[in-house]
Amino acid sequence: MKQEEKEWEPKILVFACNWCTYAGADLTGLSRLQYPPNVRILRVPCSGRVNPQFVIKAFQNGVDGVLVAGCHPGDCHYHTGNYFTRRRFLLMRRLMAFIGMEPERFQNRWISAAEAPKFKQTMTDITEEIRALGPNRKLRNTQWNS
Amino acid sequence: MKRVGVFVCHCGTNIAGVVDVARVAEESRDFPGVEYAADYKYMCSEPGQDLIIKAIKEHKLDRIVVAACSPRMHENTFRKCIEKAGINGYFVEIANIREHCSWVHTTEKEKATEKAIDLVRMAVAKAIKDAPLQKATIPVTDRALIIGGGIAGIQAAIDLANAGHVVDIVEKGPSIGGKMAQIDKTFPTLDCSACILTPKMVEASGHPNINLLTYSEIEKVEGYVGNFNVTIKKKARSVRMDVCTGCGICTEKCPIKTESEFELGMSQRRVIYTPFPQAIPNKPVIDRTKCTFFKNGKCGICSRVCAANAIDFEQQDEFLVEKYGAIIVATGFELFDYSVYGEYGYGKYPDVITGLQFERLVNASGPTAGKIKRPSDHQEPKNVVFIKCVGSRDIAKGKSYCSKTCCMYTAKHATLVSEKIKDAKVYIFYMDVRTAGKGYDEFYNRTRENYNANYIRGRVSKIYQSGDKLIVRGEDTLISQPVEIEADLVVLATAMVPQLDAAALAQRIGIGYDKDLWYTEAHPKLAPVETHSQGIYLAGTCQGPKDIPETVAQASAAAAKACGLLSKTEMLTEPIVSAVDEKTCAGCGLCVPICPYKAIDMKAIQERVQGITIERKVADVNSSLCQGCGACTVACRSASIGLKHFTDEQILAEVNALCL
Repeated sequence: MKQEEKEWEPKILVFACNWCTYAGADLTGLSRLQYPPNVRILRVPCSGRVNPQFVIKAFQNGVDGVLVAGCHPGDCHYHTGNYFTRRRFLLMRRLMAFIGMEPERFQNRWISAAEAPKFKQTMTDITEEIRALGPNRKLRNTQWNS
Repeated sequence: MKRVGVFVCHCGTNIAGVVDVARVAEESRDFPGVEYAADYKYMCSEPGQDLIIKAIKEHKLDRIVVAACSPRMHENTFRKCIEKAGINGYFVEIANIREHCSWVHTTEKEKATEKAIDLVRMAVAKAIKDAPLQKATIPVTDRALIIGGGIAGIQAAIDLANAGHVVDIVEKGPSIGGKMAQIDKTFPTLDCSACILTPKMVEASGHPNINLLTYSEIEKVEGYVGNFNVTIKKKARSVRMDVCTGCGICTEKCPIKTESEFELGMSQRRVIYTPFPQAIPNKPVIDRTKCTFFKNGKCGICSRVCAANAIDFEQQDEFLVEKYGAIIVATGFELFDYSVYGEYGYGKYPDVITGLQFERLVNASGPTAGKIKRPSDHQEPKNVVFIKCVGSRDIAKGKSYCSKTCCMYTAKHATLVSEKIKDAKVYIFYMDVRTAGKGYDEFYNRTRENYNANYIRGRVSKIYQSGDKLIVRGEDTLISQPVEIEADLVVLATAMVPQLDAAALAQRIGIGYDKDLWYTEAHPKLAPVETHSQGIYLAGTCQGPKDIPETVAQASAAAAKACGLLSKTEMLTEPIVSAVDEKTCAGCGLCVPICPYKAIDMKAIQERVQGITIERKVADVNSSLCQGCGACTVACRSASIGLKHFTDEQILAEVNALCL
């Protein structure tokens, strides 16, 4: 294994809705539950705000995995936002498979504000899954590929 | 060029104990646009805020990044702070390096520091793209809706009404009063529950500012803070409220009897009934599922004996649409269905009853006129066994939480048994005794010392019938000995659980609930009566187990919050709403159906193209209806609709910054 690969740590971007998953991440902190430091949380008002463009851009920039997380279906603060997310997510996964990229790099989860243990577990699991896939090379812009 | 200031908070050792805050500040000085960076022990404190204000003035900063705790905690604090320094409050971005960094990577100091630097870099990138936003105003409807007519709803209604606001109480049952009306005495004072509740019920029903809508349910909640449109279903009572005098003759003459819900199945009521003698409104209702007239058209006696001609078999459910400024949810609790504890003989042994059934049994207006008699043969029980934590604190079969009131009500029941049956023996099986409350522990000690209640620490493993006795078998874990008691009556202290329809109602109202279906407050400590939906407040046990004093205190708190909202004729709105770029909008209308608030409409605009005036359609956002979810922004194919403060450009700036 090359030196670079040994030192490689997956970088994972998490789009978290303000009302459920972001609050769940806050509760995880408040409860001092530990998870791998590979994830970076980006707050959006609703998971339905996440444009597929953001996800593609993140992969182009060299992010290894993207998670979009929001309220459980039926519990959306904005009533229906996460249903749009769910449909969009299915399309995105198909698109990723189509272009020859591991669909597992793009994930979607429902984590409520009360589910700190689930948040911790999801972060741990997703970090390990992406670690097993290795670095994202497929969609990555060459300018970042040095 | 924007001039960004970065302020890294130590939060004492909460952040600084893990993250190298000085390094975060130092590295952030090199980020594009950053003019100034500093770290300080407590940024949210007054000296911390002064430091920010001073730096804004000295270094002419126009964008601020605070690396501290969650924006859900202090975003507002820092918005106000920078406004004091004369810049727009929406020019502040928060990098959450406490909840999302130091607290969750406690042992990985180096990596936590690197992550904190990344989070600050993302926040700086977003801050540079921030635009000034102004709050607008919307009108507030001066009328409150209270869902649930138990003690919580009644108290909140009285407080609001006394402050001069009009209040509607919607109660699904035929009478207000709730669970408290079923209770005999209240701990620790042993006040008669009805004696302190019924005056409040009367006050609520007679108050000029309070309207009671009993036998009614919430059908639909639309709108937003200050302007909720609520559809209420008034179920057909089959009795005309306006002409009924409440004389009670119909109830007396009704030939059909059925189990009384109020007496928890321990006595019977008629099919046309008021749930209990002090019911308010004191006007009956026909239970259509049991009435023979509704089943096969026979009978109709009530209608014949009614002198006021108030019986109306043709009555239909009515739907009202009312406008409210604030909503208080006070839907209360139900009792845990203890049938999952087969070993306690539910349904098999009539002398195994719940705590609430016991309340009816000792109540002077209850099925036994206040004499404690066991249900099976109406004999006075001599040995009474109480079992606590039935469903509470039991992850395997029940709920994980403590139901909070059972320790006290069991102690109360024990004193009531000893007072009413002088030679009675009382045994209480418990796991723990939790009596936190004013005068509570004293009450519990008195029960043990003066009333000889025999507390046995351990769970009961089996109850079975032997002759006319119930054999209760368990273990005294303090002396590690099995115990067997011949009981005449067994009372189970069953857990409090949410109403059966709690989740469905929460979805209709648009509020959150937790894993047990208790409604969730906006913040467990700092916003305990608010929900995440602005203008909707919580009171009482719909939020979690509570006793009466706590419920009343929270109801008054919810009322105070609602007062704060209703006392204004208009309120400021969040400026984080969608906006349409009319130049590029193609008028396809895809954003219209995706909006959950019906905030987007199409409008016609006039445009001059090559010297000719043409008219075309574009989308138009009603900013007081828009709640800022941003669903429309993704639906728009030409990216002509954007969510302020979370624009594509701003989010992409963050995404890009993460990978620099």
